[in-house]
Amino acid sequence: MLDGVQKPLVSVRNLKMHFPIYTGLLRRRTGAVKAVDGVSFDIFEGETLGLVGESGCGKSTCGRAVLRLYELTDGSVTIDGTDIASRSPEDLRRIRPTMQMVFQDPQASLNPRMTVQAIIQEPLDEHTTLSRAEKMEKVGALMDAVGLNRRFAGRYPHAFSGGQRQRIGIARALALNPKFIVCDEPIAALDVSIQAQVVNLLEDLQEEFGLTYLFISHDLSMVRHIADRVAVMYLGKIVELAGREALFADPLHPYTKALLSAVPEPDPSRTGHTERIILEGDVPSPANPPQGCNFCTRCPEVMPVCREVEPDYQEVRPGRFVACHLYPTTQTSAGSTAAPEVSEPT
Amino acid sequence: MPDGGSPVLSVQDLKTVFKTRGGEIHAVNDVSFDLAPGELLGVVGESGSGKSVTMMSLLGLLPSPPADVRGGTVMFDGQDILRVDADTLRRIRGAKIGFVFQDPMTSLNPVFNVGFQIMEPLRKHMGLDKRAAAQRAVELLELVGIPDASRRMTDYPHQFSGGMRQRVMIAIALACDPQVLIADEPTTALDVTIQAQILELMKELRRKLGMAVIWITHDLGVIAGIADRVIVMYGGQIVEQAPVRELFSNPQHPYTRALLKTIPSISGERAKRLTIIQGQPPIMGAAPTACPFRDRCDVAFGRCARENPPRYDVGRGHDAACFYDADTGGPRIA
Repeated sequence: MLDGVQKPLVSVRNLKMHFPIYTGLLRRRTGAVKAVDGVSFDIFEGETLGLVGESGCGKSTCGRAVLRLYELTDGSVTIDGTDIASRSPEDLRRIRPTMQMVFQDPQASLNPRMTVQAIIQEPLDEHTTLSRAEKMEKVGALMDAVGLNRRFAGRYPHAFSGGQRQRIGIARALALNPKFIVCDEPIAALDVSIQAQVVNLLEDLQEEFGLTYLFISHDLSMVRHIADRVAVMYLGKIVELAGREALFADPLHPYTKALLSAVPEPDPSRTGHTERIILEGDVPSPANPPQGCNFCTRCPEVMPVCREVEPDYQEVRPGRFVACHLYPTTQTSAGSTAAPEVSEPT
Repeated sequence: MPDGGSPVLSVQDLKTVFKTRGGEIHAVNDVSFDLAPGELLGVVGESGSGKSVTMMSLLGLLPSPPADVRGGTVMFDGQDILRVDADTLRRIRGAKIGFVFQDPMTSLNPVFNVGFQIMEPLRKHMGLDKRAAAQRAVELLELVGIPDASRRMTDYPHQFSGGMRQRVMIAIALACDPQVLIADEPTTALDVTIQAQILELMKELRRKLGMAVIWITHDLGVIAGIADRVIVMYGGQIVEQAPVRELFSNPQHPYTRALLKTIPSISGERAKRLTIIQGQPPIMGAAPTACPFRDRCDVAFGRCARENPPRYDVGRGHDAACFYDADTGGPRIA
């Protein structure tokens, strides 16, 4: 995966997304919810980057900000060589076809008054000059690709089950031959036996069309299955980013350790074997994050320095990025908050 | 943990039907199970499998119409609670059988403070006066691990986080020392680290209080860590029942086997490709006359379409509703 030949398709540098808080009669700005607060990562062509974290950690906001569905507070996002953070709306519109999104709730993200044909065709209407017949054919092909029967093109979303609705959402995302798709909790609303169907479909489509995914999920076991590399977010920041095997076998950040140990193991003979780290308390408010390291209020390995100095996000081993004082600063990254440009093997 | 003896709760042939404009939905079909004192019974199934409706019907919590509990008996405390009058049922609910719902935000009343909501069952069911109830409420909040309990009594639900709200819900359910606690997906709306906290709390509370618990979930991982015995539901009926280790090491029903294979794990070998169960769960438009899983089953044969399999005892406290014998790899001879 990280063989140096591959170039990043998506480069995010120091991305910040703050939502202002207005209070009082005069609606004065009194603070900001720092939903995403200085996040940097690369996604290589053809890979799946998993983005995990608990609710409220900013993973969905991050996914939306990467596609510039929000106006960014700060930072840059380069997709396929174009910095989308600074583009004008017209420019952005021309670039939109390369980047698409699959949403969490297939019920809410499909217009109940549009037929499946109209839903999948809408991006084609907006961005292409195909004839009616060509569009019909394209929609048919897309429905085949995601495993929906073409005969149902005239039906409305309510006539489909949750898993099928998610397939409609995926077909719509594929309509303009994108390179990059942000999947925001695409399986969270589905039943266990249906989740596997959709995950397998996403993997097949990745292979067939050479797609690159940002796969946002709170389901760590599913992320382990689908992602090549995994980023763990906590309170608006990435605390750890590593290859899938390395991260799950040997997590470095105390939060990652706790998160992994909290996942219930579907095997009673193995449950006694792993030591559970039970975190105390709740996630602090992103409007008022603690001083120093964001995790210092719950960290089982907290040190005095953690409450004062925010740890740098740095590469502690090849391809492994951690923001934690347990891993002393290496001289190479020199305290920069951005991830190194390339991660070539030394 | 089950100490044998006579069951605290015994459900026989429970049937629940919903009458809708599109016809009847047979949500619960002849469900029977026992709950031993002090036991934690896990109930797993996907949405629509009838697991919540089963528990709601046995407590008379479903609005009728559309729901119609058509048959069966639910023996609790020497009486059939499907046939007792409303007053008796109200005395059982909340006092002897506690209930924890999935969503702690919508099941707490936003306009009353938390102290009031915990004191309500104490005053109604146990006849405590205001001071005694307040004192007991603080004890309960401490029991479920809410820091600074006496000060937080006057806080409102929105001032608590999701995990803390669920702790409040558990405190309310435990208020009157119930013999049975029914928890319907109590951790589904919570994050994994908070879920781990609640699961630990639950284990500790059982050690301290020794009540029997029915834990409804769709998460087999949660079940593996907490249950003594497991019921697997599909299409409104129980398709498999076994002690927890037995179920995971020796699943008999094709649905359970497929379900265990579809879920990836965070440890162990990583499957190249996930095993999938083709098709959709059924919508039970009529009482089942055939196996509800047959369309998605990889070992179904002729008999599965003609008859609904009964629950066959396979030993070791384990039974499965399937005509296919997973041990011999052929049809069951019976």
